Amino acid sequence: MEINASKRGPRLHVKLVGELDHHSAEQTRNMLDTLLKDITVRDLTIDLSGVSFMDSAGLGVILGRYRILSMRGGHLTVTGMSGAIDKIFRMSGVYAIVDRV
Amino acid sequence: MDNWMELTFPSLSINEGFARSATAAFAALLDPTIDELSDLRTAVSEAVTNAIIHAYGNDRSAMITLRCEAEGKKLRVTVKDTGCGIADIELARRPFYTSKPELERSGMGFAVMEAFTDSLEIESAPGEGTTVIMEKELGRASGN
Repeated sequence: MEINASKRGPRLHVKLVGELDHHSAEQTRNMLDTLLKDITVRDLTIDLSGVSFMDSAGLGVILGRYRILSMRGGHLTVTGMSGAIDKIFRMSGVYAIVDRV
Repeated sequence: MDNWMELTFPSLSINEGFARSATAAFAALLDPTIDELSDLRTAVSEAVTNAIIHAYGNDRSAMITLRCEAEGKKLRVTVKDTGCGIADIELARRPFYTSKPELERSGMGFAVMEAFTDSLEIESAPGEGTTVIMEKELGRASGN
């Protein structure tokens, strides 16, 4: 998984490029959590337009980052979902807690 | 049965991508739509990941068998392990249930398999491994 991140004030924008499955989940989680060690980050946007595949392991990564941000009063936004990723998000009710653009 | 293939590979997470690519390559012979192929890749990925994490607990020497059978436009995918088995299948199928919350699992594996295929059957018993059988009719929207 490749991660491209940019930060402006409390806003962190992260673009993921690759396949987000169980195989890549741990590496992706560790890279995101390293970025989230910066406690000034309040709003995280994860751009999934470069993610060619995601299953429920990826969903776990997204929900885990949501928990971290919500504990510090922040927000998580997802963007760039393919039809397949959108289907997983919809069936799991993610959009009830995570914003989408 | 018109056509079939069977692969056996070690329980390595890198083989999750291999399993879904192999399934998609076989399924492509049935002239599926892009969405159907995508659904299939996701469902197979869930089944193989379950075997790696839950059946074998990351025992990298254990083996997983993936079998694809085509009959007309119907594809049957079987993912079989010889791992620890599932004590309560009904509980395991429940959305958001996970036996390994410490791994940040979403608990949506079986729910995704069910939603992305036409039928899902789970055969399992403690100590006797698990066999997941999924069926999906392909080429529905292609007009063939």
